[in-house]
Amino acid sequence: MSGTADFQRRMPEASHDLRRPVSLLQRWHVDLPLLIGLLAITVYGLIVLYSASGQDWHYLKRQGVFFLLAYGVMFTVAQVRLQTMEYWSPWIFAGGVVLLVLVLYMGVGAKGAQRWLSIGGFRFQPSEILKLAVPLMVATYLSRRLLPPKLHHVIAVLALIAIPTLLIMRQPDLGTSLLIAASGLLVLFFAGLRWRYILSAIGILLAASWPIWNFVLRGYQKQRILTLFNPEEDKLGAGWNIIQSKTAIGSGGLYGKGWTNGTQSQLNFLPESHTDFIIAVLAEEFGLTGVLLLLALYAWVIVRGLWIAANAQDTFGRLLAGSITFTFFVYIFVNIGMVSGLLPVVGVPLPLVSHGGTSIVTLMMGFGILMAISTERRRVSIG
Amino acid sequence: MADHQHLKDHYQEARIFSHRLVVAALAIVGLMGVLIARLYNLQVIDYQDYATQSDRNRVQVQPLPPTRGLIFDRHGSLLADNRPSYTLTVIMEQVNDLDATLALLQRLAGVRDEELERFHKRLTQRRRPFEPVPLSYRLSEEEIARVAVNEYRLPGVEVSAQLVRDYPLNELFAHTVGYVGRINERELSTFDEETDRRYSGTDSIGKIGLERQYESQMLGEVGYQYVETNARGRVLRVLESVAPKPGQNLQLFLDAEVQREAVAALGERRGAVVAIEVDTGGVLAMASTPSYDPNLFVTGISYKDYKRLNESLDLPLFNRTIQGQYPPGSTVKPMLGLGGLHHRVVDMRYKVRDPGYYQLEGEERQYRDWKRRGHGHRVDLMQAITESCDTYYYDMAYRMGIDLMHEFGVQFALGDRTGIDIPSERKGIWPSREWKRGARGLAWYPGDSLNVGIGQGAALATPLQLAAMTATLASRGRQLQPRLVRRMGELETPMNVSEVEPVSQQHWDNIHAAMENVVHGTRGTAKSISRNLKYRIAGKTGTAQVVGIAQGEEYDSEALIERQRDHALFVAFAPLEQPKIAVAVIVENGEKSSKAAKVARRVMDKYLAIESELVSAVP
Repeated sequence: MSGTADFQRRMPEASHDLRRPVSLLQRWHVDLPLLIGLLAITVYGLIVLYSASGQDWHYLKRQGVFFLLAYGVMFTVAQVRLQTMEYWSPWIFAGGVVLLVLVLYMGVGAKGAQRWLSIGGFRFQPSEILKLAVPLMVATYLSRRLLPPKLHHVIAVLALIAIPTLLIMRQPDLGTSLLIAASGLLVLFFAGLRWRYILSAIGILLAASWPIWNFVLRGYQKQRILTLFNPEEDKLGAGWNIIQSKTAIGSGGLYGKGWTNGTQSQLNFLPESHTDFIIAVLAEEFGLTGVLLLLALYAWVIVRGLWIAANAQDTFGRLLAGSITFTFFVYIFVNIGMVSGLLPVVGVPLPLVSHGGTSIVTLMMGFGILMAISTERRRVSIG
Repeated sequence: MADHQHLKDHYQEARIFSHRLVVAALAIVGLMGVLIARLYNLQVIDYQDYATQSDRNRVQVQPLPPTRGLIFDRHGSLLADNRPSYTLTVIMEQVNDLDATLALLQRLAGVRDEELERFHKRLTQRRRPFEPVPLSYRLSEEEIARVAVNEYRLPGVEVSAQLVRDYPLNELFAHTVGYVGRINERELSTFDEETDRRYSGTDSIGKIGLERQYESQMLGEVGYQYVETNARGRVLRVLESVAPKPGQNLQLFLDAEVQREAVAALGERRGAVVAIEVDTGGVLAMASTPSYDPNLFVTGISYKDYKRLNESLDLPLFNRTIQGQYPPGSTVKPMLGLGGLHHRVVDMRYKVRDPGYYQLEGEERQYRDWKRRGHGHRVDLMQAITESCDTYYYDMAYRMGIDLMHEFGVQFALGDRTGIDIPSERKGIWPSREWKRGARGLAWYPGDSLNVGIGQGAALATPLQLAAMTATLASRGRQLQPRLVRRMGELETPMNVSEVEPVSQQHWDNIHAAMENVVHGTRGTAKSISRNLKYRIAGKTGTAQVVGIAQGEEYDSEALIERQRDHALFVAFAPLEQPKIAVAVIVENGEKSSKAAKVARRVMDKYLAIESELVSAVP
């Protein structure tokens, strides 16, 4: 603690924090406002899931077990010191990439996509690991560089992000690969990536898209992309899902048809009603009011996440917290956007509400990291 | 690493980060706004559209087919019933892999090859979208269970319970009651919008016989239910329903017992029997042999069965009673004799010399009597009818002329449809000058009249016409339109009466007496049936020559010879004093008219026995 005085000189208000007694919650690395928000979403989500699964206790029990496991994982992760995370992040990243390579050769899956690894009867998606490993890796890398990052650092980060992104794209799982890329790029953004880089990247993309569209892509590929952005063209395929989910949402009106009374979802018109399209069930049964309530709960968690990012003790924590929080919002936006017909259907679950264990565990692991950041005591390794 | 950290400006980094965090927060607020605007757009602005769309999705109108009216005989025996039957159906729109599905069903439900063949034929026909296409009828309990267990592998396949027409007496009433069958494409194409509505949910329609004639009355009125369905079309609950109205039941004049007796009496022979209740014109029995099982047609007859029925030399599908046109032969003699008396062409004392033939003045041709040496020198009308003397009738016909014969005969149901209440009735021919000019383009010759006088030549009549003629003779001129249906629902069917021109009772008595002699006289042509008779029958025999098997046709020679023999005919009514039943019988290639007479007697015996039982049963 020899450098305390120097530290205090640079961050004057820190003395207040230092003097504050360490509360029980802080000792156990629990961020109470975040926990309250998460619990509220969990309960609301379970209520919706019960209806969405056709009042099937089986799904509810499974989801309950997932949540118990996920909260356990979250509390465990919250206990880990940020330094430890920082130290291990390259190894986690490297391990994740190796697993992704394995998926390409010995993965299992369905519908023409290999996404799962089966080891000793236990099946999991290595891409889930990368959802956290990528921001961890990028945050670790950038927090040790001078910020804002210089061009060659930016290029190095882009290469780091590109490896898992391309591997996941090969599975193929376009949605997940883009979200993982986004989580890494967000770290870059929070690290202060210069606007001129951002703007020129957008410029290059736009400029390149025209010749690619006209000279590189073939007719059927163009058609596939067009369908992706305009699903209603394909009324019996992808279009059917979107037409039905829009009908579900729209027919919910302001106050909804009532819990378990949604005709679109209960009568199986709505596809994937308990997984990716669950927001349509909520919108149909609880109306706009119900959706706004969920968005408010999400907003609560996001605001708290941003607050944690803003008050993080060091660059690593700041970058990580900012990326995790914003990525969480991206999931929400992409999911609701696709179900309501704003975005192409890419297969992203609604965070903490859609049925599915891996997604919940990964998300809660992220919130565990947020809690770890939020309750981290001063690191005085500087100077 | 340490190098970098020494150079880091933490304050600057935190400032940049805060700045970026603000940008991020603004982006989140903006994008949240986009989501909320989108949801507001869907749930508030376009709410009505989507609510309508959602209702259209889940609510469907389903037709509830009515129960088809039943058919009973006069004593209440069921002739046409509706039996619950389990049908395997396929909704084509929901099947993923048709071949695999059909292959699986063949194993599970024992779907036969011919059923598959018919199924494929049905697929090519027009149908409503999502209409279940029947694959196999009359599933057993075990087959239903096996399909149910494998339901998850069989999307679009359903086992549905429906009422299927059943004819418990099988071939006994095939020609009269007829049958229903699946609505075919040709019938469907004639449906107007209203008919189409009435038949929604019903897939069968009356094809022949009463089933066709009374189709619209027996069909009933279709009901509807508004049902909530899921995306697979499975009904989850009924929201509102309008019950169907069952079709009207038919009670017939037909008597199953009398019919059975008629069929038994005809036995293996080809032939027809029509028995009419004299007081009402109601048809008591209407048999045409050989017959067929109408149940074969209800759910679609197999190609093999149909080929067998259709190509049989015995023509089982042919309803001889109304479609068979035979030369009436001598059975018209009592009627013509009555006409001769009425028009004073002859009287009871008038006598004709019969050398075995008749010759027109100035003509070489001899018109032969069936009895080579003739019936004697002094044949009167009584003898002419009793012994069926042709020469007497040649003489009478010549003197009466075709115009009078025609005019008199048509009052006895000859030469036109009787208007009985089943379709496909043939007219027969009761010749006239106009008819010959129209049909043959030739003038009438006196010789033509002679042939008509003995019921030959161009004259043709259906067994039904002969029975109606006999009934009119029995009731002394009250001609009742024959009908099968006595009561439709609660309503009695009307009786259509037309009177023959007034003929003196004396003439009626004489003709009845002559007909009585045919059966009861010592020289009567049908005296063989008078043994042990407890009542008196008035009758007339007839034979009809079989014409027109072309030379060199490749038939089995013995069958050919058999089929060239004369048809045996007999008409009669009984009891003589108070006629109740009139019968016409034809036994094809029966040669001797006594064969037909025996059939008629058995039918009359049976009917009168049942009647007297009923009478004695009433206290």
